[in-house]
Amino acid sequence: MTKIDNGYMQALKCRECGREYPLTANHVCEFDFGPLEVAYDYERIGRNLTRETAASRPQSMWRYRELLPVAKDPTVGLEVGYTPLVRADRLAKCLGIRELWIKNDAVNYPTLSFKDRVVSVALSRSKELGYETVACASTGNLANSVAANAAAAGLRAFVFIPADLEQGKVVNSLVYNPEVISIKGHYDEVNRLCAEIAGKYAWAFVNVNMRPYYAEGSKSMGFEIMEQLDWTVPRHTVVPMASGSLLTKIHKGYQEFIRLGLVESSPYCVHGAQATGCSPIAVAQKAGLDFFKPVKPDTIAKSLAIGTPADGFYALKVMKETGGSADDVSDDEIREGIRLLAECEGIFAETAGGVTVGVAKKLIANGSIPKDDSAVLCITGNGLKTLDAVAGHVGKAKEIRPSLREFEALLNNEEKINR
Amino acid sequence: MSIKVRIPTPLRKLTNNEDLVEIEASNVGEVMQELQARYPGIQERLLDESGEVRRFVNVYVNEEDIRFLQNKETVLKDGDEMSIIPAIAGG
Ligand SMILES: Cc1ncc(COP(=O)(O)O)c(C=O)c1O
Ligand SMILES: [Zn+2]
Repeated sequence: MTKIDNGYMQALKCRECGREYPLTANHVCEFDFGPLEVAYDYERIGRNLTRETAASRPQSMWRYRELLPVAKDPTVGLEVGYTPLVRADRLAKCLGIRELWIKNDAVNYPTLSFKDRVVSVALSRSKELGYETVACASTGNLANSVAANAAAAGLRAFVFIPADLEQGKVVNSLVYNPEVISIKGHYDEVNRLCAEIAGKYAWAFVNVNMRPYYAEGSKSMGFEIMEQLDWTVPRHTVVPMASGSLLTKIHKGYQEFIRLGLVESSPYCVHGAQATGCSPIAVAQKAGLDFFKPVKPDTIAKSLAIGTPADGFYALKVMKETGGSADDVSDDEIREGIRLLAECEGIFAETAGGVTVGVAKKLIANGSIPKDDSAVLCITGNGLKTLDAVAGHVGKAKEIRPSLREFEALLNNEEKINR
Repeated sequence: MSIKVRIPTPLRKLTNNEDLVEIEASNVGEVMQELQARYPGIQERLLDESGEVRRFVNVYVNEEDIRFLQNKETVLKDGDEMSIIPAIAGG
């Protein structure tokens, strides 16, 4: 019998009961509905992935390809990732912390959010498994990324979104000409419908039957942060949470590098950020619970508006184990967060970024992140996609006729005001 | 009370590949018991040791999550539809 080459992957394994399944498009354990996760051959990975090999490869998320779930070389999204990690001294001063870094996935390639990471993995793996149609349930960014990456890969795409999304997010999917299906309902209802559709059609649904592969893509954000910090684990990391998947996978990324000896083991905390209008995980964390209560979302942070977070249990576990905290911020605090990041660092983030900055400010103020420590904020999406959220809250252009006199009158006036 | 129950892919091995079954029951808990009577073994997939709905199982009655209703005590009426769905990842 010829053995199928699965690369460094060994099996899909249930996170609840440990039962193993073959490496197909399958996301749930038949026995307890627990999520399946990719298991790897870490010994072989350890022999092949060193700091030097990673550093010698092109600057993309695929420089850690041994730790990403594809059997052969990736075929979709080869340029994704390796976004800047910028030292944010001005914002640090403003938030009252010694050292602050921004991991800037607002400029991720090609669709300006961290979702390009999960999609390049999911679509590369979908192609390996022979799928020609891909699909997703999305709060916006995932739809954009599936649409764009499927177009470039020549795959047919169906993207399902809630009907009330920002126009920017909708246009950013439509332009690639996939099937865009807008559901009259919130994301959790889109999700439920997609679970039913996925059971019926033989498509690669990136966050349903391809979820075990998809989710692993998020680890690369953590890998890059460590390499960019000179192969160390950051003391504090603040991560926005919708389903909670990104947060759990950044933690997994840190654990894998420690396990492989690519970084030294050192204490670190992973903190979670949500919008008050959809904060099932943050509320549970603050109450010291290890389970959450589903909610009906109502927030301008639509990308984070998941009321029944599939990885909520695991996100709570990660925060507990690492000594991390969670908090949530109001719509006004989200807008303030967006403005602070823009005015201090010249980075325009979407609403999820406003959530992260707003929550970081709270956690620093209440001592959950000590002032003399260092922290990384994960900025996961671009402000140009959620203009609706800030339009009317960022001042107004001053209109004059094309006359030097009018300009100088304006300037004098401003100076008077500022004095 | 006749209730239509949608069976998710992972459980269809137990229902001879039926994806829609009709059950006589007056609340969600009874549906679970009836399912078990008809398809032995199905209940332990849905309920944990203490008899609660497993944390990765989402149950909907007429498209509403039963956690927003009365969980297993949610009352059903003739023609109601119930879906059993695994939790799915973020978007
Ligand atoms: C911009 C942005 N940040 C963060 C997240 C959170 O992702 P997760 O569902 O992995 O928690 C999302 C998810 O849609 C997103 O669009
Ligand atoms: Zn299991």
